[in-house]
Amino acid sequence: MAYSEKVIDHYENPRNVGKMNDKDANVGTGMVGAPACGDVMRLQIKVSDDGIIEDAKFKTYGCGSAIASSSLITEWVKGMSLEEASELKNTAIAEELALPPVKIHCSVLAEDAIKAAVADYKEKKSK
Amino acid sequence: MMDISKNFFEFIGLPVSFDIDQSELADRSRELQKTLHPDRYAHLSDREQRMSVQYMSFLNEGVATLRSPLLRAQYLLLLQGIDTESESSTPIAPMFLMQQMELRERLEEIPDQDDPYAELEDLLAEVEGMLKTLREQFAQDYREGALTAATEAVRKMQFLEKLVVEIERLEDRLDG
Repeated sequence: MAYSEKVIDHYENPRNVGKMNDKDANVGTGMVGAPACGDVMRLQIKVSDDGIIEDAKFKTYGCGSAIASSSLITEWVKGMSLEEASELKNTAIAEELALPPVKIHCSVLAEDAIKAAVADYKEKKSK
Repeated sequence: MMDISKNFFEFIGLPVSFDIDQSELADRSRELQKTLHPDRYAHLSDREQRMSVQYMSFLNEGVATLRSPLLRAQYLLLLQGIDTESESSTPIAPMFLMQQMELRERLEEIPDQDDPYAELEDLLAEVEGMLKTLREQFAQDYREGALTAATEAVRKMQFLEKLVVEIERLEDRLDG
C-alpha cells in the first residue's frame, strides 16, 4: 500500500514519542487497542491547572498509519483546552494524513485515545 | 454432490465445535481432495470442471480455517453473526491493554539484551502460554453459549497472535 508523504514523515520522525508518569495528578493516560489488527496505542497528556494541555506523549505499536495518526494528534492537542481536544474528530486526522479508507480506523483509534486520556485526567481530578 | 452453501465444518464432515480432532480433519480433507480433484473430472463438461475447482478452493479455505485455533474461533463466532475481524475500535479491558503494551516494550528492548535469543524464547513461551489459556477459555465459553465472553477471548487472541508475528519477525532480523 502506498502511504502519503505526511504518513511517511510522521512514521520516520514520530513526534512526542515517550512516556509520562501516570501517577502524576496532572497526567491523563488513554490506552486503546484495535483487536482486528492488534494495534495498541498509549496517549498521555499533561494538563496545566487552568485546563490547558501543556504536553502530550504517545507510544503506538501498529502500522504506519496508526503511528502517524497518534503522532499528529499529539502535535495538535498541545496548547488546546480539554474541551477542544475532546472535540477533535478522526476525520480531520484522516484528511490531514490522506489516509485511504482501509486505514480510517487508525485515525478513529487516535480519536478514542485522546478522549480516553481526557476522561482519565478528569476522573483523577474528581477524586 | 458437495454443497458449498454448507459451513466448513459440515462440508468437511466434522461437528461444529472448537474442539476438533486435527488428525480427523487431515483424514477427512485427504478423502475429499481425492473425490474433488479436478483431474478426476477431466472427461466432464466445462461447467462440472469449474465446479470442481470451486469445491477444491472451498475445501482448502475450510481446512486452513479449521486447522488454526484463531481462525477456527473467529469462524465459529462468524457463524453466530459476530465478526471480530472487521470491527475497528472496541473497548478493551485497560489492564489487558497495559499488559500488551508492556509485552511489546519488552520485545522492542530485546535486541539490546545480552542474550537476545534467550529473552525472545522466554517471551514467546509466555505469549504462547497466554494464548493456550485463552483458547481454553474460548472453548469453554463457546460450549456454554457465553458468546460475549467468547468474543472477548478471541479479541485478546488477536492481539497476542499479532505479537507472535512480531516476535517471529524479530527472530528473522536477528538471524539475518
